[in-house]
Amino acid sequence: MVFDDYLTQNAVQWPGKEACIADDRRSTYAELDAAANRLAHALVDAGVGRGDRVAVFMENRLEAAVSVFGVLRAGAAFVMVNPTTKPDKLCYMLNDCAAAAVIAVGRSKAALEAIDAEVPSVRQVITCGPTAPTEGAPAKPRLDFDSDLPAFPAGPPPRRCIDMDLAAIIYTSGSTGRPKGVTMTHRNVISAADSITQYLQNVPEDIILNVLPLSFDYGLYQLLMSVRLGMTLVLEKTFAYPYRIVQHIREERVTGFPGVPTMFAILLQMKDLDPADFDTVRYISNTGAALPPAHIERLGGLFRNARIYSMYGVTECKRVTYLPPEELERRPASVGKGMPNEEVWIVDDKGNPVGPGVVGELVVRGSNVMQGYWGLPEETAAVLRPGRYPWERVLYTGDLFKMDDEGFLYFVSRKDDIIKSRGEKVSPREVESVIVEIDGVQEAAVVGIPDEILGQAIKAVVVKAPGADLDQRDVIGHCSRRLESFLVPKVVEFRDALPKTDSGKVKHKALKGPDAA
Amino acid sequence: MRVKIRAFILESFMYGSAPEELEDTASFLETGIIDSTGIMEVVLFLEEEFEIKVEDNEMLPENLDSVDSLCRFLEKKGAAST
Repeated sequence: MVFDDYLTQNAVQWPGKEACIADDRRSTYAELDAAANRLAHALVDAGVGRGDRVAVFMENRLEAAVSVFGVLRAGAAFVMVNPTTKPDKLCYMLNDCAAAAVIAVGRSKAALEAIDAEVPSVRQVITCGPTAPTEGAPAKPRLDFDSDLPAFPAGPPPRRCIDMDLAAIIYTSGSTGRPKGVTMTHRNVISAADSITQYLQNVPEDIILNVLPLSFDYGLYQLLMSVRLGMTLVLEKTFAYPYRIVQHIREERVTGFPGVPTMFAILLQMKDLDPADFDTVRYISNTGAALPPAHIERLGGLFRNARIYSMYGVTECKRVTYLPPEELERRPASVGKGMPNEEVWIVDDKGNPVGPGVVGELVVRGSNVMQGYWGLPEETAAVLRPGRYPWERVLYTGDLFKMDDEGFLYFVSRKDDIIKSRGEKVSPREVESVIVEIDGVQEAAVVGIPDEILGQAIKAVVVKAPGADLDQRDVIGHCSRRLESFLVPKVVEFRDALPKTDSGKVKHKALKGPDAA
Repeated sequence: MRVKIRAFILESFMYGSAPEELEDTASFLETGIIDSTGIMEVVLFLEEEFEIKVEDNEMLPENLDSVDSLCRFLEKKGAAST
């Protein structure tokens, strides 16, 4: 079984059923299947081979859903890239995985020019939507979704993969600042999707509203799980207009609403919301960061018929735990227990399992665990270590947990200093290295500070070079031109020096308060 | 009114960019000028600067997603222009 077989099955069983609704465009399973096939033919024709990587670089839209399945059907693996990624990081990622093709929105002029110039492995670019005019012909061959793909056959290309083949590379931030490619096979993805849909009790009649970026594994899996069972997916590209969310839920009669605390916080800020608009929602899910207990209560009041699922996961194995909703009132701070078809336990520094009440690192064993980080054997060996049997590897999550007497898990902290802002991982090193590029910045340190809406906000503490004339806007402006939106600092503080330990390491904890010593 | 809106957008979200880079018809979201948490700042600015109240159900792209949309929305709301 390879993942796109589920799309084939649904197209046969329920050809007229709505698969994906995005921006007022509605696609049935038969249409999605045919569109995926056409894209797959175009990729194969361009020389994309089995196991090749194809990047998908766009906001949530119908073509993104088509691309995920078109790439799989071509026998390749998709690499979802956040659409706000700036050209140099985009090229880094594409070169890192030696991408054979890129599918992007045509208006990403700077990105497409950079790919033409700096990513030799890419042999085909496919665009959708209006294309920004270029001077002269682009260096790499171009195809357009609307004008070129209809010429390709609507039936599938010859099958090339088995479940051990590559399905996806999902880039994740690390504490060193360089993103790492979490590598998943079809078997990994099927295992994760099956476990999650089982505990969410998903059925084909579910209608999921996905506002999370498809470039984030949480958002991506809404599409994958929806197709796995033949559900209907409503795709929204942004949470900027919260009232659109209310409209979607009411008009499409949404039954499932996954979110992160930032989204729920923004929704709860709206006054005069009518709970009747949300009565079709039977579950909401949360992960990425903890939901404040006050918000859990208010969400329950707004979504009167919904079960609330608190969950925890890491990109390296997609998801780890979920809290059965009936436990939420008794243990609101817990993220639950391991999901179906998975084993988790907590270990001490020597790798020995510990009992209740003892803080240690969470370890995960399951078919949802990644194969490794693409091209990074050392980093991989640091987190994938020998498991129960000599031939297997288990995942060390890098998160500290403890469990109670009944085995329910509680997140304590990260082992490293990754910040979670808007539910997304932020590498302080990555942001620091961008700030230091500014003329006049001598040193910079980045920390997370508590924020009601974001979870953690990014605070940059900057030491100016002597005589440098810089203000907060210079720093934030530079970062917003170089980094994805969720990586840009919210607050900048200038100091004469950074507090350091005897060995010269910056004392990050000391930077969290205003002008704290 | 348009001048104030353009100044606010350029100041708050487009640090260091030349005024020509902000097209009146450009979608803030599509071009990445403003992201999802930035829209709340725009709403606050409208309420304070133009003495109007933005209802929850008016927070839609058609009202807020470009300089032109903002101007039309403000006119509809009978905004106080100084």
